[in-house]
Amino acid sequence: MHEMSLCEGLVQTLEAQATAQHFTQVHKVWLEIGALATIEPEAMRFNFPIVARGTLAEDAELITEVVDGEAWCMQCCARVAVRRHGDGCPNCGSYQLQILEGQQMRVRQLEVS
Amino acid sequence: MCGVCGCGDHSHDHDHHHDHHGPEHAHAPGLSNTRMVQVEQDIMAANQRHADANRRFFTGQGIFVINLVSSPGSGKTTLLVKTIEGLKGEFPIGVIEGDQQTGLDADRIKATGVPAHQINTGKGCHLDAHGIGHALEHLPSLRGGLLFIENVGNLVCPAGFDLGETHKVVVLSTTEGEDKPLKYPDMFYASDLMLLNKSDLLPYLDFSVETAQGYAQRVHPGMACLTLSARTWEGMENWLAWLRKGVAAAARPKVLLSEGT
Repeated sequence: MHEMSLCEGLVQTLEAQATAQHFTQVHKVWLEIGALATIEPEAMRFNFPIVARGTLAEDAELITEVVDGEAWCMQCCARVAVRRHGDGCPNCGSYQLQILEGQQMRVRQLEVS
Repeated sequence: MCGVCGCGDHSHDHDHHHDHHGPEHAHAPGLSNTRMVQVEQDIMAANQRHADANRRFFTGQGIFVINLVSSPGSGKTTLLVKTIEGLKGEFPIGVIEGDQQTGLDADRIKATGVPAHQINTGKGCHLDAHGIGHALEHLPSLRGGLLFIENVGNLVCPAGFDLGETHKVVVLSTTEGEDKPLKYPDMFYASDLMLLNKSDLLPYLDFSVETAQGYAQRVHPGMACLTLSARTWEGMENWLAWLRKGVAAAARPKVLLSEGT
């Protein structure tokens, strides 16, 4: 549900970039979503065309890429990959994990004209 | 309050960027007119700027801020009313209420005698930091006191939105499943304290406090947990003590903290 307002944030970001990087039309957006961000890629792709209608990103294609989160496992004393909160360490199964990365949602690059 | 966007109304959010780095001129294959540009920009950055501004304001004023989150029907508003009754007169208290519609919750809070401001999110499923900044304009000074933000009843969306609070506190009631921390892990990860409410109903339910706490620990190792009943007052003193400690710490001049005392 909150993906709708995140899409509005995305369009605002594109509009700001259009001024800074001198373009008027966005054709493709590559969006990186951390596996631990509270964001559903499917809902982003559903909402984006609706929010983008009538903006510089109308008809733009949204390409989402989910990247694994990373955590510090206290048992293994190592960085490990985590796909969601509540999962144990993939090596030892411990839940003593300190999340380091994976809550971001970042526009990586754009195809524009 | 809104020093971030400088806006005069609630309906829009300016997002100016003035970094004029040269555009990257990598052309997309097969499309003569198009080019690729590198961005690397966080979408949550706009909310984060507002949240950071709120947090600076709260820190400067020495206000302890609780962002209270839960699913609908966990007893958040009753808990708030009872909490206010237990703390009233000790320090300034204010409440920001978030609901999709109606001012019913703010009315219940105002009946206790503390100032409250209702935000109706309409179709929105969460409060955002920009709205909180403007809601503060409707509350009197809470310097050295306590601000509760009662978020929209929703265990999903509010997890992703920092409001500038000192702590998110998640309320789980015993009439819900004990596996909620596993089903909605993002919220339990984002919260620093779990309140297990409606403990007075435990004798009539199969709810295991130990299991619920275990699941919460799995999602968020080290998370504090208090069991209480706002209705019977059981366990409420522990919660009030936790709040008093937080208010005292927030009100302490920051200069002392930086000296390590």
